[in-house]
Amino acid sequence: MLDPARQPSADISDLLAAEAATPLLRFVTCGSVDDGKSTLIGRMLYDATLLFEDQLATLKSESRVHGTNGDDIDFALLVDGLEAEREQGITIDVAYRFFATARRKFIVADTPGHEQYTPNMATGASTAELAVLLIDARKGVLEQTRRHAHIASLLGIRHIVLAVNKMDLVAFGKPTFDAIVEDFAGTTSDLGFQTVQPIPVSARHGDNVTETSGNTPWYDGPSLMAYLETVEIASGSGEGPFRFPVQWVNRPDADFRGYAGTVAGGEVAPGDTVVVAASGKTAAVSRIVTRDGDFERAGTGDAVTLVLDREIDVSRGDMLAATRERPALADQFAAHMVWMGEDELVPSRPYLLKAGRRTVPASITGIKHRIDVNTRQQLAARSLHLNEIGVCNLSLAEPIAFDAYKDNRTTGSFILIDRFTGATVAAGMIDFPLRRALNVHWQEMTVDKAARAAQKHQKPAMLWFTGLSGAGKSTIANLVEQRLFARGCHTYTLDGDNVRHGLNKDLGFTEADRAENIRRVAQVGKLMADAGLIVMVSFISPFRAERRLAREVMEDGEFIEIHVDTPLEVAEERDPKGLYAKARAGELKNFTGIDQPYEPPEAPDLVLDTLSHPPDALADQVVDFLSEFGFLSLPQDS
Amino acid sequence: MIKPRNHLHRLEAEAIDIMREVAATATRPVMLYSIGKDSAVMLHLALKAFYPSVPPFALLHVDTTWKFQAMYAFRARMAAETGMELIVHTNQDGLARGIDPFSAGSALHTQVMKTEALKQALDAGRFDAIFAGARRDEERSRAKERIFSVRTASHGWNPKAQRPELWSLYNTRLRQGESVRVFPLSNWTELDIWQYIHAEDIPIVPLYFAAERPVVERDGQLLMVDDARFPLQPGEVPQMRMVRFRTLGCYPLTAAFESDADTLDAVIGEMLIARTSERAGRLIDHDEAASMEKKKREGYF
Repeated sequence: MLDPARQPSADISDLLAAEAATPLLRFVTCGSVDDGKSTLIGRMLYDATLLFEDQLATLKSESRVHGTNGDDIDFALLVDGLEAEREQGITIDVAYRFFATARRKFIVADTPGHEQYTPNMATGASTAELAVLLIDARKGVLEQTRRHAHIASLLGIRHIVLAVNKMDLVAFGKPTFDAIVEDFAGTTSDLGFQTVQPIPVSARHGDNVTETSGNTPWYDGPSLMAYLETVEIASGSGEGPFRFPVQWVNRPDADFRGYAGTVAGGEVAPGDTVVVAASGKTAAVSRIVTRDGDFERAGTGDAVTLVLDREIDVSRGDMLAATRERPALADQFAAHMVWMGEDELVPSRPYLLKAGRRTVPASITGIKHRIDVNTRQQLAARSLHLNEIGVCNLSLAEPIAFDAYKDNRTTGSFILIDRFTGATVAAGMIDFPLRRALNVHWQEMTVDKAARAAQKHQKPAMLWFTGLSGAGKSTIANLVEQRLFARGCHTYTLDGDNVRHGLNKDLGFTEADRAENIRRVAQVGKLMADAGLIVMVSFISPFRAERRLAREVMEDGEFIEIHVDTPLEVAEERDPKGLYAKARAGELKNFTGIDQPYEPPEAPDLVLDTLSHPPDALADQVVDFLSEFGFLSLPQDS
Repeated sequence: MIKPRNHLHRLEAEAIDIMREVAATATRPVMLYSIGKDSAVMLHLALKAFYPSVPPFALLHVDTTWKFQAMYAFRARMAAETGMELIVHTNQDGLARGIDPFSAGSALHTQVMKTEALKQALDAGRFDAIFAGARRDEERSRAKERIFSVRTASHGWNPKAQRPELWSLYNTRLRQGESVRVFPLSNWTELDIWQYIHAEDIPIVPLYFAAERPVVERDGQLLMVDDARFPLQPGEVPQMRMVRFRTLGCYPLTAAFESDADTLDAVIGEMLIARTSERAGRLIDHDEAASMEKKKREGYF
């Protein structure tokens, strides 16, 4: 921290200039609240004299109310932010802290250590260059310590500080410290850390936190603060081949076209030839534009605007790259994923994948294995749950440009987004592209869907009847098909039960199997629509995500979602197949409405109210809808 | 541009990256403009992020009608200089009800003329992404705030429903009616703000610099008598004193303090030896320690 009082003669401008040149270190701290992590960070903030008087006053009064140290200041209260946490005495989210010394600025990601907070640690580690792992000297290296080291390694952190805390409680004993250091080295030697610095500390009393302590004469290393101030971290700037994910196309007028973005790897200068990774088209960089004037070069981390010397097709999401060392381009890859969603991973469910500046639909085509974060054992898995880490194959709707995460943390990382809730459900680190997709190409057909439909004088459609078991879906679909057939339409009905006798006989009723069931039916229905048919699908299809998948398989306007709306009590009372009775008796698992939820459509094209109308009238409603929207008579001249 | 690369450079690039990401993904972005020093930095970064284009969004000022006169003058100047659209919104209903900071008190005035007014303005503009200049170092509950903070259709903030933010991969996806508050200055500290203003020569409202101003002392705080609406209590006579402001808001709710720092260097020098943190000058925070978290849940920034 700058202290003009100590340097009375220094001019503020000089001080600022000196301090403006200080580098920044981002690090993550991990360890549970019992290890004294919050106390350690609070102590660093306190000792760096960054606390203001009013903060100190608040701290002292709160220490008396919430504190666990009697009348002493409880430094942890400085950093535990939200009300709920302060009351429960735990840290439940990533918090960011800031402090500065004369040598460095620090951004600290303070993460909780409990097993269920793996996502928080991954989040904190994703932007960190170094990790401070806390160990309670009385407890030694725990499973938790190995987990922290493992996650740090997975997220690409190469520098570790092993802060052995509560040394005061083991009488500052060297043997205890040495044993812990040896134990840690033995279990983490294969994690790829470049440096591991063990430091004996007492966060509560300040030993070796900012000043080296007289209590540890046997320790000749630096204090924690001194180490953080001086540790050499390769900046990554200028390393590796040039990467530039295009973020925003800058077109103020017809004369200027620039590509705004942040350099994600390597560097670039005017005159360099770059390639659009997806198209293979090349151009030379003619200018690097900023509001402070054109740059002669731009390096990793610079937010700039590039102008190319010729017009080539470039838009947001494209990656400009060095022509010699190009990124991978593929629509399938293998990756490590940390699952962060409340809902488990469902293979074949479509998620959105955001990598660089690109967002594309993606699904998980295989889970190779799950990794036990404590033992690092590989376990078989059919799904991933919150807090779990797995190695998976992903398939994307379109190819994207990327690097392996080990080569570039920016162009090798991605997140998965739930399409319905918008939640971030996973963080991914790409391992390598899968080549097998590359040799399967689309065969172009001369007789196309439009020709087949015109021959039948109808517009292909998929009528998707969704509702509870016993709601009346199949009954109504059957009546609709009778009416259409009588009018000379070409139709087919895919019935949930019937399909499960054949095509889908290998599938059960878990969430994952239901998703696959729907995927297959949607694909079959699509082929039938392609043949020109009007297809009726009568499926409970309880999940919005899968119905959306079916909608997206079809062309715009072809998918008609029909909610056969029958209250659960009524469907259960009808119970035409005796299934509700079985489910209630516990003989049927995963039964919709009983022990698995039904998510009603939010914006169905049609709602059929089976309480107020008989099936015949409801079938008429469906046919009227088709007629009104032109499905049943294609103009002859089309 | 700051050279060689250092922490300010990294913070600047991060903020520009965030602003571009919003411009590229939001349907109707807008930038909250409070006229203060953080807004000045935000505006400066926006001009950089989209140069040579004018930033592709408007500035929104939620005006309680109680800002300092110098702030209104500065607002007009910046709108003219940048060529950006300036939307000014005042809660007309609150105005009609006569809600002012003197008679209604700070809590009610803030609720009606700031929090409710902000919701009105956002609803009227159908904005789905709103830039604001909040920083994580300002207050404890902000330390866990995301850079992209999702709000419900009623502008509520649920600490449990916040998305993890990894790398610089911001999840900008929203459901119908949801919006997102975006804080490009999340990782800046107050000192960073001042250093950046200094390094980039960014114009700020003169109230940050010491000058002779008419003030009265009330409950240990110095309040500036900025216009004739200031209700003087019996015996109170405005005195000219050399004062400046650390933060700017509604003049009846913003305390001044005595200072001789009339240049940027002097202001920063004074800040470096200050022993009172920034928010102490904001009267609304004094109610209780976790007041900001509560206000945020209700839709205040």
